[in-house]
Amino acid sequence: MVNLIMPASDPIVLETHDRTPESILDSEEIRLTFEVKNLSIWYGEKRAIDSVTLDIPSNAVTSIIGPSGCGKSTFLRSLNRMHELVPGTRVDGTVLLLGDNLYAAGVDPAIVRRRVGMVFQKSNPFPTMSIGENVTIGLKLNGVRDRRFLNERLEHSLRMAALWDEVKDDLQKPGTSLSGGQQQRLCIARALAVEPEVILMDEPCSALDPIATAKIEELIHELKKNYTIVIVTHNMQQAGRVSDFTAFFYLGRLIEFGPTTKIFSNPTDRQTEDYITGRFG
Amino acid sequence: MHPTRKDKHQWRKFKSALVSFGTFAAAVLVITPLGLVFFYLLVNGASSVNWDFFTQLPKPVGSPGGGMVNAIFGSLELLALGSVMGIPIGVLGGVYLAEYGTARANSMLRFIADVLNGVPSITWGVVVYGLVVLPFKGFSAYAGGLALGLIMIPLILRTTEEVILLVPNGYREASLALGIARWKTIVHVVMKTASRGIITGILLALARIGGETAPLLFTAFGNRFWNHDLSQPIAALPLQIFTYAISPYDDWHRQAWAGALVLVIGIFCINVLVRVLTRERSRTTA
Repeated sequence: MVNLIMPASDPIVLETHDRTPESILDSEEIRLTFEVKNLSIWYGEKRAIDSVTLDIPSNAVTSIIGPSGCGKSTFLRSLNRMHELVPGTRVDGTVLLLGDNLYAAGVDPAIVRRRVGMVFQKSNPFPTMSIGENVTIGLKLNGVRDRRFLNERLEHSLRMAALWDEVKDDLQKPGTSLSGGQQQRLCIARALAVEPEVILMDEPCSALDPIATAKIEELIHELKKNYTIVIVTHNMQQAGRVSDFTAFFYLGRLIEFGPTTKIFSNPTDRQTEDYITGRFG
Repeated sequence: MHPTRKDKHQWRKFKSALVSFGTFAAAVLVITPLGLVFFYLLVNGASSVNWDFFTQLPKPVGSPGGGMVNAIFGSLELLALGSVMGIPIGVLGGVYLAEYGTARANSMLRFIADVLNGVPSITWGVVVYGLVVLPFKGFSAYAGGLALGLIMIPLILRTTEEVILLVPNGYREASLALGIARWKTIVHVVMKTASRGIITGILLALARIGGETAPLLFTAFGNRFWNHDLSQPIAALPLQIFTYAISPYDDWHRQAWAGALVLVIGIFCINVLVRVLTRERSRTTA
């Protein structure tokens, strides 16, 4: 019996061995949330992303690092088509989200963004709305009317964002009345409320103090049980702390991708090593 | 301390005082006409502002008393007619400029709106006279409302555009990233955030057209009785003031003063409302 099972499970583990950290090695099978193939992005004449091919595993945190202007933000935004807000962008290549090509003809970017949520560098709760309205607005404007369902999602999202206990008595207060760290968690709750499959984070802690940063990082750790998370960060220590995989971008190209522990301790590429050890960037 | 340094110090203090005084004097010069207008209107008009003024129709020449109730309501009706046309077109145009238009189309539209804002208001009266009054063979409230609406459009368009551009891009991005459609983002997030500014722009446009006389001369024309048929000539406060002021009768002159006082107080109230609105906005964003 044992002999029959072993050969069947072995090849799967071997196949994925080279890009899998310990935590995910133990799970039975690697699922991929994003499969990016030969992705190039232009802003007018300027090529911001140059033939990037990258698989992003599910239920894990993937961090994207690199010096300013290396295209990491553009790459992140291409995963929910937010980069298209800049006029004159052009995309070549494919991005598959659980098998669906996000750039296929006839795909509505709004649907893509409902599946792939986003948290921004600067916390941006809507100033005209209360804490509660900020969380439920995504559902309301997408046509959800059922009050009981909205209230359930409100509490659930705030709990997942580790904010419920702090604001449960102040749901009517303006979202902007919260502290910076709370506002950022409110934005995470807002993103979670529309039930996305992925959360993209664009330097979510760069405007926060160390304590608020620690809370968000703890939250990221919790969230990866249910979500795939891709995070852009300038902070190398943060990438080391929160992520399972790390992708290093330089001048619009993907230089190296692998388990975070390997990228930080034993990078294959010379440029990665130089950046991580602080020789440039 | 070195003597020359002290001299320099005093020279600097003198210059500073001179500039402070200059700006103060200019500020007083700015405020003085407003004070004089108010004072003069109060002295000449206050005695004629009474219950009759707000409730009575104009009396025939020679018989004392009477009021301007028809002109007050006529003005309100004309403002409403102008708003029906000016507000939606102005606001939507402003949203287009801020959110949709291409750079080239926008600079052209902006230029046209700025030119229109500079057009003397009597021109609008002449234009509407040619476009509406002549073909339909008659002065009417509709024609007056159209002339006022045409003046409102470029005013509201520019203020709406400016306050919408002030909405930080982060809110648009946050909304779009929730999978909310572009038009819903604009209506429910961007315009809602800018709503106080948009309303302020509308109120300022109303205050501006509320006192317009020239565009109504050949459009609304004015009358001396109740008229609820909008396809007929209608009275308006500024028009009535004009007619009464150029008349040879003392009694009419007093009523003209009273009308001017009421008009100025009305416009003053609109401006106070604007101040209240803008103050609350700055408090919530702070």
